Amino acid sequence: MIPLTVRDFSFSYPHTDRRIVNDVSFDVHEGEFVSIVGPSGCGKSTLCYACNGIIPHTISGTLGGNIEVFGKDTATHEPHELSAEIGIILQNPETQLFAMTVEEELAFGPENLGIEPCEIERRIDWALSIVRMERYRETFPFHLSGGQKQRVAIAATLTMMPRALILDEPTSQLDPKGKREVFDVIKRLHDEEGMTIMLIEHETDLIAEYAERVMVMDAGRIIMDGVPREVLSKVEFLHKVGVRPPEVAEATFRLHREGLVPAVCTTMHEAREMIW
Amino acid sequence: MVSFIEIESVSYRYEETNHDALSGVSLGIERGECVALLGPNGSGKTTLIKHLNGLLKPQTGRVAINGVSTRERTIAQLARTVGYVFQNPDHMIFADSVEEEVSFGPRNLGMAKDDIRRRVDEVLAFTALAPYRETHPMSLSGGEKQRLALAAIIVSNPEILILDEPTTGLDYKSVQSMVHLVTRLKNEGKTIILVTHDMSLVSRIATRAVVMLDGSVVADGTPLAIFSDKELVERAYLEQPPALALSALWGVAPSMTPESLARAFREGRR
Repeated sequence: MIPLTVRDFSFSYPHTDRRIVNDVSFDVHEGEFVSIVGPSGCGKSTLCYACNGIIPHTISGTLGGNIEVFGKDTATHEPHELSAEIGIILQNPETQLFAMTVEEELAFGPENLGIEPCEIERRIDWALSIVRMERYRETFPFHLSGGQKQRVAIAATLTMMPRALILDEPTSQLDPKGKREVFDVIKRLHDEEGMTIMLIEHETDLIAEYAERVMVMDAGRIIMDGVPREVLSKVEFLHKVGVRPPEVAEATFRLHREGLVPAVCTTMHEAREMIW
Repeated sequence: MVSFIEIESVSYRYEETNHDALSGVSLGIERGECVALLGPNGSGKTTLIKHLNGLLKPQTGRVAINGVSTRERTIAQLARTVGYVFQNPDHMIFADSVEEEVSFGPRNLGMAKDDIRRRVDEVLAFTALAPYRETHPMSLSGGEKQRLALAAIIVSNPEILILDEPTTGLDYKSVQSMVHLVTRLKNEGKTIILVTHDMSLVSRIATRAVVMLDGSVVADGTPLAIFSDKELVERAYLEQPPALALSALWGVAPSMTPESLARAFREGRR
């Protein structure tokens, strides 16, 4: 079953005519690691809310087309029905945290799904080790730093063991190492657990390294869809859209333009492999 | 010699915690420097900068701005010299219009009405917010809000500017305009302290980098020296700017930015 099918989907927020998402169609296949990039206001967060049913169930507006998550139409299935299929991690972790301890935070989801206590325990251990927060099991989440909160929010979603994960700029508050750790977590979930990933991010350096496919969104539409190596090497195109190209691409683009290197690279790995 | 900003053996521990957020930090910062304060989340960067505008007073040690201890000044007095732009602009924005937001500081400082008007005009033009004068701040985009937060601080013309993660969460165009604004402020001679994880921002603007880890300063030097130290980069959870890694890969002069890498490459290949 296809994790995500988006067909001619459009959405406008109440009291506006502007289609923040405008006639978008795409599929995300089982086990794919897809990233969506685009400038602020391009509609990527809205698209992400629509993919787990927050739109239209919590945020209403004018809908067109439809979205199916593992065959379930998000317009007719409530977010809680979709939560075992697709986990969502939002930009601001504070909107997701509420419990008195990190452990309770992580136990909440699986408890609601009726999971056995020993299995919940196992999942908590696993999720905490993935996000490097073992030491903070008994901590009040609001005493944590921004980055730590984000890691707890991610771990809390992981304990529900969803089949697909949507992440809306999950690393925007983390330090570079933390960003990389989150990407490593996502990669591990993808490679080892076969989880389908849809990641909304500004961090194109990491997308180039980790994702298998990248979509560029602008003014409500998907304007490019391809492998990161191709899409993220189009430096001038990205500048025009308002997406920061990977730093390696930015650097090699200048050299390539002056005929100093044979290609624009998007990762250090590609730069090392480049022969001329 | 006494530095413009003098931090002497400052320690600080938050209530209900059992470790020092700052332990014996000493640091001198001169007028006109642009210092990047680096280190992982929780290393004490924010605690340290809160000492500079008096939000926190040292539990031990001393912080002095231009020779005067922060203990002898109120936050309001310090605000004339030290402007602090918070990480999340939503936390500092409160007024009903952009103009009102930006006028608040100078009005509080008792500036004359005409002067306020003139300063607000200047600052709104500088931050490209002039078209939004009457706009409600909450309807601005993330990048615009961040510029508004900056405008509301620089309008009072503080000598020292503290910018806490000025580019976090912003998209490419907003980051570019923030880099441009901070560069101009630096060129005007402001003393700038930048708390950031954005290595491309550091490599483009900072003249000095100070690395914190577990409440202590563990390194202090030029950004190039700091990021060339692989062991330090690893230990302090920093990330080398890709341009620097590429210049090492290709054996050209160490370069911090794509622009300087291209230059080094041309020269190296000759």
